[in-house]
Amino acid sequence: MPMLQPPPAKYGGRHTVTLIPGDGIGPELLNHVREVFRFSCVPVDFEVVHVNSALETEDDINNAITAIRRNGVALKGNIETKHTMAPSVKSRNNLLRTSLDLYANVMHCQSLPGVQTRHKNIDIMIIRENTEGEYSSLEHESVSGVVESLKIITRNNSLRIADYAFQLAREKGRRRVTAVHKANIMKLGDGLFLQCCREVASGYPDITFDSMIVDNTTMQLVSKPQQFDVMVMPNLYGNVVSNVCAGLVGGPGLVPGANYGHAYAVFETATRNTGKSIADRNIANPTAMLLASCMMLDHLKLYDHASSIRNAILTTMNETRLHTADIGGQGTTSEVVQSIMRFIQSKGQLTTDL
Amino acid sequence: MRRPTASFNRGMQTVTLIPGDGIGPEISTAVMKIFEAAKAPIRWEERNVTAIKGPGGRWMIPPDAKESMDKSKIGLKGPLKTPIAAGHPSMNLLLRKTFDLYANVRPCISIEGYKTPYTDVDLVTIRENTEGEYSGIEHVIVDGVVQSIKLITENASRRIAEYAFEYARNNQRTSVTAVHKANIMRMSDGLFLRKCREVAENYKDIKFTEMYLDTVCLNMVQDPTQFDVLVMPNLYGDILSDLCAGLIGGLGVTPSGNIGANGVAIFESVHGTAPDIAGMDLANPTALLLSAVMMLRHMGLHDYGNKIQTACFDTIRDKKVLTKDLGGNSKCSEFTADICRRIQDLD
Repeated sequence: MPMLQPPPAKYGGRHTVTLIPGDGIGPELLNHVREVFRFSCVPVDFEVVHVNSALETEDDINNAITAIRRNGVALKGNIETKHTMAPSVKSRNNLLRTSLDLYANVMHCQSLPGVQTRHKNIDIMIIRENTEGEYSSLEHESVSGVVESLKIITRNNSLRIADYAFQLAREKGRRRVTAVHKANIMKLGDGLFLQCCREVASGYPDITFDSMIVDNTTMQLVSKPQQFDVMVMPNLYGNVVSNVCAGLVGGPGLVPGANYGHAYAVFETATRNTGKSIADRNIANPTAMLLASCMMLDHLKLYDHASSIRNAILTTMNETRLHTADIGGQGTTSEVVQSIMRFIQSKGQLTTDL
Repeated sequence: MRRPTASFNRGMQTVTLIPGDGIGPEISTAVMKIFEAAKAPIRWEERNVTAIKGPGGRWMIPPDAKESMDKSKIGLKGPLKTPIAAGHPSMNLLLRKTFDLYANVRPCISIEGYKTPYTDVDLVTIRENTEGEYSGIEHVIVDGVVQSIKLITENASRRIAEYAFEYARNNQRTSVTAVHKANIMRMSDGLFLRKCREVAENYKDIKFTEMYLDTVCLNMVQDPTQFDVLVMPNLYGDILSDLCAGLIGGLGVTPSGNIGANGVAIFESVHGTAPDIAGMDLANPTALLLSAVMMLRHMGLHDYGNKIQTACFDTIRDKKVLTKDLGGNSKCSEFTADICRRIQDLD
């Protein structure tokens, strides 16, 4: 990934990574990640930090943030936001992203041949501004019964995310970047974002740049998603577009996501679902979280391990078609994980060879 | 839809017609022709709504347009231009503010004969249309920092929630889902959600659920049949209603109605002005026509509405005279003529 060097592996060539189990299906999925890593002898040690979403104080999340500052890299489940609590109790996930300035949320949506979907041949990279916009958490009740919520767009952050998008596009050999906006209505805010994208685009003449209004974008996505290549957008539209795209390629159980800043990187499932209703029932799809852990391994430059695990995941998905319920199958989480580990064993080197 | 307040009227009812820009005039003509063929008791009063600066420097719609709407209470509107970034405010927004059109209603039903990857879609999006992210209030705080204000009020939230439940009840729908992002926008969407919950208490016959915007998007593209009536603030409504339109075939075939406070209702096609094909007899009038059908039903003229809708769907199902966007290569006038012929045959 551009602009970010992973922390050096200390302690005998092993990396330490912060692990935040979160709520819902987070804990069980991350246990499976640890299981697979142990099995594959991945040189990563996890420092587990629990965040209790029921507490009003911010001590837990601050501990987690400190741990991530220390280790530089984290893997996390989603922390539930109980919005029945007072509005001053902010989303923990959002606090984490803004405190660590993880300004780029990156999601790669690809059609998987083994998964049945209405649309085929989707290959979209979504780069979403991750710290400002509608997620600024600046709200007040000026008059009783009237609430104002502020959406902040800054030149610096817009230039930064646009630059990230174009650099990533160039690095990955992508041909086109589309900025998603609503500048016809939010003329100043989204207008500024769009202008910044145009400025950055002029420095990348090898990459085509265009823009599309967000409502049209969602309409195009459900009818002809193959037209999109790389997309860059402010925070809220990123939320919408990434969920639409995840749905198009088969659902929340399949797509990994990454949050990058200049100094830190945090990996998670792309659509950040807590999955409360399916927690602890051994039916959740481990694919998204396992693929996220592979992204993390790539980030730590442990490419061989990343490829080995990723290939095993995709083989299970596409060849044996061992699927969990969310993609139409009847397999349990543990069956899928076992299958993945069997593939790793059959393809991988013996530890005596390493 | 709400029953008209006027008593049963055998005579002609006046409707304010706003043809709009681009392909607006030609599709309006198509609708008028079809209504004539159906002998619908509608008298059209054409008006223009280009923005003008009134006394005091505020932008407003021309007074003769306002007068006509105030009298007729019912309007049918084609697409209007909106410039991107700076310039005069959106004409559509201006209309909404002038007549306090607080509810945007878009029924999305799969059209038999116009295949999309999604079948059996049957849902309605009800979008709060006056506030939220479209308050139009933006400031440059310092150079390079812009603030856009999203406004959520108790009154508007309650009003739209009440409309949604009333609509569900009047149209035999079973559930209403509030769409929000109260995990992030705790106070604003939190207020919206609270009002929806309060109103739901008075409509125990209708099932009420809440869902995050992103979860709705995620589930909508995988299985739209799980949704019935959706109610939400302005921006989410804008995005979701277009997403749902995409599921059934796009803005060229999606009807839309805007309900106002004083019995005023404006029905409109929600596609763009399509300047590249304007004046070339290539436009598809289906969206405006189906909105006009929605209008007829709102006015209690269900027979005429059903007749026109049946003729329109039959033409599309038949596939012989489709416009380019529907997959054919016929002219707008040919498409229109086919519908007129079917209406006359139905009589």
